[in-house]
Amino acid sequence: MLKGSPDSGLSVSGVTVQFGGLRALEDVTLSVPPRSVVGLVGPNGAGKTTLFNVVSGFVRPSAGQLTWDGHPFHPKPRRLVRQGIARTLQDVGLFPHLTAVENVMLGRTTQRRAGYVSSLLGLPGSARDERESRRISTEGLDRLGVAQHAERQASALPYPVQKRVALARALVTRPRLLLLDEPAGGLGAEDFEPLAELVKSLPGDPDSPCSVLLVEHHMDFVMGVCDQVVVLDFGRLVAAGTPSEIQSDPAVAAAYLGIDPTDIEVDAGTAVTLTEEPA
Amino acid sequence: MLQIKLVRHGLLTLAAAAVVALLVLQSEDVSNFEYIQVAAYVCAAAGLTLLIGVNGQLSLGHAALMAVGAYSAALYLRSGSEDSLASAGDLFVALLVGSVTAAVVGIAVGAVAARLRGPYLAGATLALGACVVGVTTYFDHLLGGDQGLTMPLTEVPAPLSAALTSYQWSALVSLGTALLVLFLLTNLKYSPVGREMAAVRDHEVAAQLCGLSVARVQINTFVVSSAAAGAGGAILGVLYLQIASPGAFTLFLSIYLLAAVVIGGLGSMRGAVIGTVIVLYFGRLIEDRVAHLGLSTAQTDRLAAHLPLAAFGVLLIVVMLAVPGGIQGTLGRIAPRLLQLMETVGGKK
Amino acid sequence: MDRFVFLTVNGVALGAIYASVAIALVIIFRTTRVLNFAQGAMAVASAYGGMAVIEYSGSYWLGFTTALVLGGALGAAARLTVFRSADRQGHLNPIVIGIGLLIVIESALAIAFGPTERHLSTAFSRDLLHLGGTALLSRQDLFTLLAVGVVMSLLAWTLTRTRIGLQMRATAFNPVVARLHGIKVGHILTLGWVIAGVVGALAAMLVVPTGLGLFPQAMDLVFVLGFTSAVIGGLDSLSGAMIGGVATGLALSYASGYLGSELTYVAAFVLLLGVLLLKPAGLFAGTTARSV
Repeated sequence: MLKGSPDSGLSVSGVTVQFGGLRALEDVTLSVPPRSVVGLVGPNGAGKTTLFNVVSGFVRPSAGQLTWDGHPFHPKPRRLVRQGIARTLQDVGLFPHLTAVENVMLGRTTQRRAGYVSSLLGLPGSARDERESRRISTEGLDRLGVAQHAERQASALPYPVQKRVALARALVTRPRLLLLDEPAGGLGAEDFEPLAELVKSLPGDPDSPCSVLLVEHHMDFVMGVCDQVVVLDFGRLVAAGTPSEIQSDPAVAAAYLGIDPTDIEVDAGTAVTLTEEPA
Repeated sequence: MLQIKLVRHGLLTLAAAAVVALLVLQSEDVSNFEYIQVAAYVCAAAGLTLLIGVNGQLSLGHAALMAVGAYSAALYLRSGSEDSLASAGDLFVALLVGSVTAAVVGIAVGAVAARLRGPYLAGATLALGACVVGVTTYFDHLLGGDQGLTMPLTEVPAPLSAALTSYQWSALVSLGTALLVLFLLTNLKYSPVGREMAAVRDHEVAAQLCGLSVARVQINTFVVSSAAAGAGGAILGVLYLQIASPGAFTLFLSIYLLAAVVIGGLGSMRGAVIGTVIVLYFGRLIEDRVAHLGLSTAQTDRLAAHLPLAAFGVLLIVVMLAVPGGIQGTLGRIAPRLLQLMETVGGKK
Repeated sequence: MDRFVFLTVNGVALGAIYASVAIALVIIFRTTRVLNFAQGAMAVASAYGGMAVIEYSGSYWLGFTTALVLGGALGAAARLTVFRSADRQGHLNPIVIGIGLLIVIESALAIAFGPTERHLSTAFSRDLLHLGGTALLSRQDLFTLLAVGVVMSLLAWTLTRTRIGLQMRATAFNPVVARLHGIKVGHILTLGWVIAGVVGALAAMLVVPTGLGLFPQAMDLVFVLGFTSAVIGGLDSLSGAMIGGVATGLALSYASGYLGSELTYVAAFVLLLGVLLLKPAGLFAGTTARSV
């Protein structure tokens, strides 16, 4: 804790990503202060997912820096959890052949102590570890109201339940920053409210406070839960501010209207419930 | 719940050990000789089940890892004086040497395999299998070339020598080893480590985001799988064939194992056992039926040698076409039906 | 020096054969993402057919033609039966199906023709011709180079200059879009399997009589070498497969000439691993990014 402090959050400065001749992101700067919820919006292809991939280390930026906890940050996907960052995936990303609770238990991978020898021999130590992990994971499911599905195979669960299991898996890592990729995508209107309440409660969680960066198409949801909203279009940052500032920003309207005037209305207004697993 | 499972595995293994011991003591030498082969295949098939079924990595070269087990066991046993019998201690150490050497080779192969996917991995492991002949020929002063390395005979330990024939002793050791391998791999499969293997199979990106190194999990799985194959190879070489030679570890052996694993349902250790038994005994049954067709000796030999393989080929295709969507679990349903079929075919004798 | 020249020429001739197998694999892979592990076995089956006709009729060329036709027919048959839906499945199923087909064909051949080696003659003499005092290559080698050259040129011409070739390229590029443009994608895919079968059969007719001998597993190792060649070329590119084939042929010719012929297949394995390890980004670029 010499230079940096755990309270300086995530900042992205001047990030550019180039795929061949295509600029997916151009000089994007934003920050996620501690204990805040930041929303990332923009039309399809605006670079939201690319930015997520930069922050979680799947894509290396061709220019720009990241800092996390006040230190320069070169993310690698498998190190994120140890650094206090968890991410959910747009395709839900559950392990389809494992049960819901096993999925969540995998979120606690970094806490596993049992090694190969005790696993091969089935020693009592590893069983104790396992019981503890199962208890915590079941609590994690319970927090999202899906504990009754704990022993069902993930691929057999309804889509909204899958989304919550994935969220539970991210939360049991006890992250200080949570990256949510379309948390409300595919959910029905009746699922919005509890999800919004949960997201809003994360920064103030007495046990493990956590800031949130989320990508979302549902504008009602974004405006309802976010402290700050960042608008991307064609890889560039168009606007940033509080939800009310954004809603009255003409540049934002242009960005959306320029692409597809119905896009935002339809997404915000219509609640689509997916009952089957997306292909 | 997990603990119940682990206790159950332990009890099941003990019960199975008792049944196996009784079976071996009741059986003629001919049957006991066959049990040795079953045990060797079960070890390798269990290892392959962990690799393909649990971790999602395909290997068409497990025969090569069995060869490593057989050859290293042979080298260890031959390092003693030339024509003495191998004691029980020597035998156990030889099996261990076979398993550990294969595991060490498995580190190298696994490190490569972890960087490959799908057809690339299948092709590379196929190429690995094709190397056995070349390596044994090139190092023929050490590995005996085409002729291979003969093994010293094993000796029944003194306190048991009055009660057990040599074949009974060999069958006990082989089946005991197979049970140990099954016990260990089942524990592993139901442990957090096994869950991580499955997670990597199901979704590599999500596994990374859970903090897993995909490559490390894949290499570890390959090493454990290789160790099991090495133990199987050592049993096959030392106790069944009594020789380690390149002709015993061909592509066909790898395919036999693949067939056993696929028929057994890809993923369960019990399935690996059932699949192995089906593959070996289905083959025997076909040979048997062929012998009763009244063909000339040459024709009978030809059919007996190749018809079982053709049957497994058809079986592999049918199983894969019948379950086009996924590989997990559902295939296990086919095993009981096959057992029924075998009984019907066998009953006609 | 003479030895080097000889090994080089020999390597190119072998490479032409590996290139044919590689091209057979690539033609199918680039359209269906299926690596046909039975390609070698299908080629051997065609060669057995050729041999039977040669023995029966006494005409090499009748047998040669039969083998190529049989190869094409086997390709179509495989595509229309067991591989019918293979391109819509995960990657494991088509591999296992190919392996299944491989042992079905090889054991059927062993049952029908016996497991022992059968004689398949070459089209021309294998005596080495001398050029300026150096023993270089045989008439059979020349025939090999010529035959592969003609087939490759025909293929290139078809792909770049004909309507059907355009349709094949469109299908390889994007089957869905191709279908929307009225291309009968199913027929085009089947055509790919037919071409692959013919090219594979040609490879077998050329390679089997020059040292391998005709037995059911004759093409197993050639398949591995063809796969290596295809991987060097990136599995997606026909010209890459050509270059990969020649590179493999040369590497193996030098390895067996200077290190010992026992090491041929170990050398192939090392070559394959080297390529797979040094060029994984080239082979799998973007897969992680896409799945996020």
